[in-house]
Amino acid sequence: MSVYSKPITFALLSAVVILVGTFITLFIPMMLPSTQPVSDYIKPYTAIELEGRDIYIREGCNNCHTQTVRPLRTEVARYGEYSKPEEFAYDRPFLWGSRRTGPDLNRVGGKYPDSWHYKHMNDPRSMFAKSNMPAYGWLAKRKLDTKYSYRKVSILGYGYSESDVRNQIEEYRKKVTSADYPARAVRESVTPPELRSELTEMDAIIAYLQKLGRDVKALKKKEMRMVAEASPVTASKRNPFAGSKKAAEEGEKIFKKNCAVCHGEDAEGGIGPNLTDDKWRYGNSDSDLYTTISEGSPNGMPSWKGKLGNEAIWKVITFIRSQREQD
Amino acid sequence: MKENGYDYSVVRGFAFSAIFWLIVGLLVGLWLAAEMILPQLNLTPWLSFGRLRVVHTNGLAFGFALAGIFSCTYYILQRLTKVPLAFPRLARFHLWLFNIAIALAALSLFAGMNTSKEYAELEWPLDVGIVIMWVIFAINVFGTLIKRKEKQMYISLWYIIAMTVTIAVLYIVNNLEVPVNLFKSYSIYAGANDANVEWWYGHNAVGFVFTVPILAMFYYFLPKSTNLPIYSHRLSIIAFWSLVFGYLWTGAHHLMLTPLPEWIQTVAIAFSIFLIAPSWGSVVNGYYTMRGNWDQMRTNYLVKFFIFGITFYGLQTVQGPTQGLRTLTAFFHYTDYIPGHVHMGTMGWVTMIISASFYYMMPRITGKELYSIKLANLHFWLILVGQLLFTVTLWIAGIQQGAMWKATNPDGSLTYSFLEGVVALYPYWKIRLIGGLIYFVGIVVFTYNLIMTARGAGVKLAETRAQTA
Repeated sequence: MSVYSKPITFALLSAVVILVGTFITLFIPMMLPSTQPVSDYIKPYTAIELEGRDIYIREGCNNCHTQTVRPLRTEVARYGEYSKPEEFAYDRPFLWGSRRTGPDLNRVGGKYPDSWHYKHMNDPRSMFAKSNMPAYGWLAKRKLDTKYSYRKVSILGYGYSESDVRNQIEEYRKKVTSADYPARAVRESVTPPELRSELTEMDAIIAYLQKLGRDVKALKKKEMRMVAEASPVTASKRNPFAGSKKAAEEGEKIFKKNCAVCHGEDAEGGIGPNLTDDKWRYGNSDSDLYTTISEGSPNGMPSWKGKLGNEAIWKVITFIRSQREQD
Repeated sequence: MKENGYDYSVVRGFAFSAIFWLIVGLLVGLWLAAEMILPQLNLTPWLSFGRLRVVHTNGLAFGFALAGIFSCTYYILQRLTKVPLAFPRLARFHLWLFNIAIALAALSLFAGMNTSKEYAELEWPLDVGIVIMWVIFAINVFGTLIKRKEKQMYISLWYIIAMTVTIAVLYIVNNLEVPVNLFKSYSIYAGANDANVEWWYGHNAVGFVFTVPILAMFYYFLPKSTNLPIYSHRLSIIAFWSLVFGYLWTGAHHLMLTPLPEWIQTVAIAFSIFLIAPSWGSVVNGYYTMRGNWDQMRTNYLVKFFIFGITFYGLQTVQGPTQGLRTLTAFFHYTDYIPGHVHMGTMGWVTMIISASFYYMMPRITGKELYSIKLANLHFWLILVGQLLFTVTLWIAGIQQGAMWKATNPDGSLTYSFLEGVVALYPYWKIRLIGGLIYFVGIVVFTYNLIMTARGAGVKLAETRAQTA
């Protein structure tokens, strides 16, 4: 009697055969803490960020956006520091994704100011004419439901008390509805009047996006500060193209492609400040401008060093300078 | 036809359920393909790409493919055991439960109730329903096997048993979640573990829905429709056991270069390469079955479907493991190359084999010849051309996209912005939409042909042919 004439034995045997690989590659890693390490510098989501994450899941954002930066040179240049396992300790479910119809988002937190996101979520094509992302303006027309917020964070074991959750929600509401919220104008332009003093689904999803990768970036900044303090010599930088008309023209093209979305077609300002006047937030020497463009700034300017590179940054500076000379 | 008391009503019911969900899933797919180039088509929240994509994948993988599998399984099971279904009324209940579950699944996904885990997006109440449905199915499979009159179980039955056992394990382990309320739950696994479980499930859903039961159909219907015995029984034994053993190790090839521990990735790739052998075991077995009888490619319309189908399976099972290799995954992963790969498997292998199986079964259920062989041939060429246009275009698009993401200037900065990489794909996405439309027309022809056959519009089958079991 062979196994091919005993259906139940055959079924049991198949179960054993499929469970070998399952046990070794699935159950053993689950028992090893090193598979999903937990680190102090990674903080769990706040109740608002978690609500935003649930909207991200509901809308299926993970079908077009990944959340893992791979340790590859061009990927790190495009998105930032590659992803570490400890970053995902609070992710249930994980949202790594499988296709990049849109860019990776694991380092999007802090890359752009909130105003950028309100404008972009509301109408992506108002910023990038050829983008194929769906418009999500309707999220700003829906009040955020926080009925289950406490239940959610307790299931996930984030360690917040019920009053912590209430405070987190209230604090975030105060932040986005206050008169000096930097994104106030854009937020009000996309939010209907009756919801302007409430939290909307749009507010929550932006809070979530701003959390992505933030803890890793903070750690990286701290490390860089320590290195800088240890070696106080900073090289002075000079623009190799200073005054060149050709470089200014090339710089204009680069500017239109990358910078105009926020600073306006002629650098007259928009989400980002006007670059044709005499006011400079981070210093006005060539070297200061270079640092601001290449490293980014705390108010929302992204870091461009990986995307543009040395030469292109200097050409953009040449263009910006030429704009001022014309006026 | 009631010879031996076989119950064909569920076979027929599942066949037409499959066709129904196939049409729905493809229409959603066409809409998605159009949204890629015309984002204005994201008209309402429930029509937005993120929600619609899961309706497409679930509708076709579970609505269409599973219904096709249930239909063929209930047919093959009775034929190979030489007894009627053990519990015919339970099978009819299964049919109703299945369609209700898929309809609710589609509605809940449209409404944005989804867990985000690919091919396991359904929320927990539906998960419970699906597990119950699977148990009902398994009771009939094993009940019928136990009271069978044919002592030896033929190859197709091994694959059916393996599917029945494995899908249950996969589905339950991956869908363990803690409910927040009726419509929302959280996975019990976190981060890297959740990813590992999900792709162990995701890859084996491909293995045990898109491969194992489709091979069961192939091993049964190819010899049946050609009147040729399968080339090697021994080869099929080796191929079967090494396939079901190897598959479960490979899920992490979907997670190459992610924060998942490196050894799991390496093991997954080793087993992926290993799987080429058993996959090609079945391909070779199919080809050699035809030896000396290749003229049937011209004379027997069904053979084209089976041989092209197994050829696409063969291509897929080489392409898959190679695109998982570290250097190649670095280039291809996250690009359109991967959807290109998947669609050759689903639109080529899975659909061609299920189509041909339906063409074989339907006349034997109704006692009438197929309505039109001409239309069956037209169906074949339309889905072949549509599929190739679709998949090859996406491969090329994927290569271009990968190259643009990787391109750097001499100073090390990136040559292209992300958006430039998107804009460059618009022409390819237009061709993909055209490929999809051609494919859809082929499926409409198929549907018409099958409905006309079931209505008895074909000529009455010769009595002798009706008796061949």
